[in-house]
Amino acid sequence: MGGVAADLEDHLRSLMVRGQAGDAGAWRELLSALSRQLRGYFGRRLDSAADVEDLVQEALMAIHRRRMTYDPGQPFTAWAHAVARYKLIDHWRRNRIRKHVPIDDVSDWLAADGVDAEQGAVRADLDRVLSVLPERQRMLVRDVKIEGLSLAEAGARMGVSEGAAKVALHRAMKALTVGVQALGARKP
Amino acid sequence: MTSPRDTNDLIEALALDAGPAPKVSPRLVAAAALGGLAAFVLVAAWLGFRPDIAEAPATRMFWMKAFYTALLGLAGFLCVERLSRPVGSPRGGLMLAGGVFLLLAAVGLFRFMHADPADRMPMLMGQSWRVCPRNIVALGLPILAATLLAVRSLAPTRLMLAGAAAGLFSGGVAATIYGLHCPEHTMAFVAVWYSLGIALVTTLGAVVGPWALRWR
Repeated sequence: MGGVAADLEDHLRSLMVRGQAGDAGAWRELLSALSRQLRGYFGRRLDSAADVEDLVQEALMAIHRRRMTYDPGQPFTAWAHAVARYKLIDHWRRNRIRKHVPIDDVSDWLAADGVDAEQGAVRADLDRVLSVLPERQRMLVRDVKIEGLSLAEAGARMGVSEGAAKVALHRAMKALTVGVQALGARKP
Repeated sequence: MTSPRDTNDLIEALALDAGPAPKVSPRLVAAAALGGLAAFVLVAAWLGFRPDIAEAPATRMFWMKAFYTALLGLAGFLCVERLSRPVGSPRGGLMLAGGVFLLLAAVGLFRFMHADPADRMPMLMGQSWRVCPRNIVALGLPILAATLLAVRSLAPTRLMLAGAAAGLFSGGVAATIYGLHCPEHTMAFVAVWYSLGIALVTTLGAVVGPWALRWR
């Protein structure tokens, strides 16, 4: 994570602490900054602009009503990201959407619009390795192994039970091992 | 259809509503206290106090039991206080719960092994092993319900774990109150049957957590 991200973290964190203490100006500034981040975060994961804006508003309201759950001893970015992710998963679960969306991690949240080169390269490698899997298995491996979703959450996204997700993930990891070996063998 | 302009209006409204944020812990403690009061009423009106309630507080075992169950409740509180937040590790509370349980189980086992073989089963089963876990669950229900409502008003993101933590908290408090009714006085009994009752409330919390704690 670069210096820009660290500066942003410090800035938002201090706004959050002041907001928790009741500083309306800091709170307005924080919510505005977060609304832009949330719009980017949800926008990269949802097709409908109306859904994106709805979720931005829901997340802002949750951040407002549940602001006491931020512990100033913890990274603010992780807190805001976890709320956004909860809202996103909740949205998927309510709407039973079963589609593939890109990797979701904290650095992605911080990257906002620009993705640094190193991260891009890692992502390309990952994409190549995962390409040996069929779509649904690829989505599952991403969700659980990269995104850090629980089996129950990943299952909810795909519309299957936790048990079914567990079995499917096991198969996918096996297929991945075999597939990557084959990929390596083909290399000159 | 909502637009970014509406979102700006929302931000203005939320900024107007800004004020000192309430605290997490008092909300959880208040919920458990309210549920605990209901559990106390259940003991007074339904189970009855132990016959020797006047003299029992002079005995070491009365306090040992209360101390054990209260420590498990404290461990549950530490866990649920962390898991009511979007990020946070329950490690401290888990270690406390594990340590306290292992310690009492070790002492209970030691006493059990050193007892006369004829005394062992009475020591372990007491008079009330059949009803002990069930009663703890019954007393735990109002506490669990109140605690889950409080957790839901916060921002848990790992709902099964948060439910289990709420259950451990509630079970510990319920078992402590149950000590006012239950006259059992051996370490082995408490280590097995009290722990089982608390574990059942914990399991119940884990089972209902994903449903009961879902917030919007």
